[in-house]
Amino acid sequence: MYLYVIKRILATIPVMVIVALFVFLMLRLAPGDPAAVIAGDYATAEDVERIRAQLGLNDPILVQMGKWLAQLARGDLGTAIFSKLPVTTLIGQRLEPTLLLALSTITFTVLVAVPLGTLAAYKAGSWIDRLVMLFSVAGFSVPVFVLGYILIYVLSMQLKILPVQGYKSPFEYGLWQFARHMILPTLTLSVIYIALIARMTRASVQEVLQEDYVRTARAKGQSEFKILMRHALRNAAVPIVTVIGLGIALMIGGVVVTESVFNIPGLGRLVLDAVLARDYPVIQGLILFFSFVYILINLLIDLSYTLFDPRIKY
Amino acid sequence: MSNLDQETLMADAVLSQKEDPSLLTVMVRNRAIFWGGILLSLFALIAIFGPFFTVDPVALSPMTRLRPPSAAIWFGSDFLGRDVFARVIYGARISLVVGLAVAVISVIIGLFLGLVAGYVRPLDAVIMRTMDGLMSIPAILLAIALISLSGATLGTVIIAIMIPEIPRVVRLVRAVVLTVREEPYVEAAIAAGTRLPMILSRHILPNTIAPLIVQATYVCASAMLTESILGFLGAGIPPEIPSWGNIMSEGRTYFQISPWIIFFPGVALALTVLAVNIVGDGLRDTLDPRIARKM
Repeated sequence: MYLYVIKRILATIPVMVIVALFVFLMLRLAPGDPAAVIAGDYATAEDVERIRAQLGLNDPILVQMGKWLAQLARGDLGTAIFSKLPVTTLIGQRLEPTLLLALSTITFTVLVAVPLGTLAAYKAGSWIDRLVMLFSVAGFSVPVFVLGYILIYVLSMQLKILPVQGYKSPFEYGLWQFARHMILPTLTLSVIYIALIARMTRASVQEVLQEDYVRTARAKGQSEFKILMRHALRNAAVPIVTVIGLGIALMIGGVVVTESVFNIPGLGRLVLDAVLARDYPVIQGLILFFSFVYILINLLIDLSYTLFDPRIKY
Repeated sequence: MSNLDQETLMADAVLSQKEDPSLLTVMVRNRAIFWGGILLSLFALIAIFGPFFTVDPVALSPMTRLRPPSAAIWFGSDFLGRDVFARVIYGARISLVVGLAVAVISVIIGLFLGLVAGYVRPLDAVIMRTMDGLMSIPAILLAIALISLSGATLGTVIIAIMIPEIPRVVRLVRAVVLTVREEPYVEAAIAAGTRLPMILSRHILPNTIAPLIVQATYVCASAMLTESILGFLGAGIPPEIPSWGNIMSEGRTYFQISPWIIFFPGVALALTVLAVNIVGDGLRDTLDPRIARKM
């Protein structure tokens, strides 16, 4: 067991190194002169040269690579061109809204998608099933920001029951204000995620429901609810949890869009501000940050399989 | 559709892979592919011929700014008085071109890498770990970074959207190759002295086609969404080109007074992506009953 855990943790290191190398090569192999692109249309030759030096593009490539990996190993994600602040500091300043939005989205998604998917599998072929499947296809087709604007239009502008935009920290404004401002972004961000998880839940519960032990449970007179909860859902848990982890990638992309639509000052907005300011080190640092978070979450999910299914022994 | 129909369709699909009587018959008989296909062809026709019949999508008209939809200007006008209907029609071209280009190129590159990974054992680990790394980078962020480095043009946007899609294709192709190469008929071919190029083209490639077509539709749908998101964020195709994402991006400031600037391109995009997804689901059900059972 411990041997497996250690092996699995060590296995994430090569993936992280590959991500780091890829991000490193992206800047060096980009067509044209990235320093000139970052400097913008009105830059002088000195500006370009200064940015090139700041990005460390003047060293031999192997030296650059060594410096880069050593820097990352120390937990240093680089320094912003304009504010001159370390990217980790910038991330720290903007972490709270994004973290809370992500947590509320995951909670809401699981609470909605798992029961919906289970119900759809239980009533396979019925109108409920069709409705859930229709929702999951539609959820994959509507762009996140269009959905956000539709929700704003209906709930904030026409019905006037929720605030249009903004973020209120629960530590400053209290839980009520925080929750009111969080409802629309959470709804917006969770739709595509719900579509994904509901689909997966339906598929894996449907498969389990055909197992012999479900028939046995029915034969001994077990109630349908207990069959679904105790026999079907528990056995279907591993693939569902796996997809929840993989879906985080989808959510990270959605965070950038959602924070932009609802004017939330989180990490997603930090990405966009960096794009507009052409502050490439910040973009690069955020990519690494998000990728590492994604890899670590999926590592934790892998390691949690034994909790959901005691038959899995490492 | 009754269960019986579905079963005959699946049986047909399996048969069609072996004997290949008529793939087209199977496809037309599937309702999802039929209606999704009709919708999609309609959008394609509009994209190709539509711009010839509308007013100029970039013509300014300062006197009629932010007009709501009416009989004369169907989808209203934007903050420069440009006709939103003409812009939405023109935007269909951009979306379809990006979707198609990304789907075709990522499938070709992914097919090549997948074949190599599945057949050249020493390279397998290298390719697959690289793909794992690439997959852990959120697609939209990767695209944003690539575009901010190389400057935004239609070409760089297509490449930036395509790169994150490749790993999924590679994984799929590799999985198919690994299954097929253990089949008795491949072993027989090897025993009979068939050379590698022949084995690849005669036995391995045909087995990858069905899952690849399905995958290509999903790549196409997700590419169109990503393109619009990049445009919306102001990180995509240059703003002077009326792509759906760009139209919506410009409509943001005026959303509270003129919601139609975002509404119409948004609906057009959602319907197009929906049509592609429906065709993809239909193809998946008919071409590959094994995947259909899993999803």
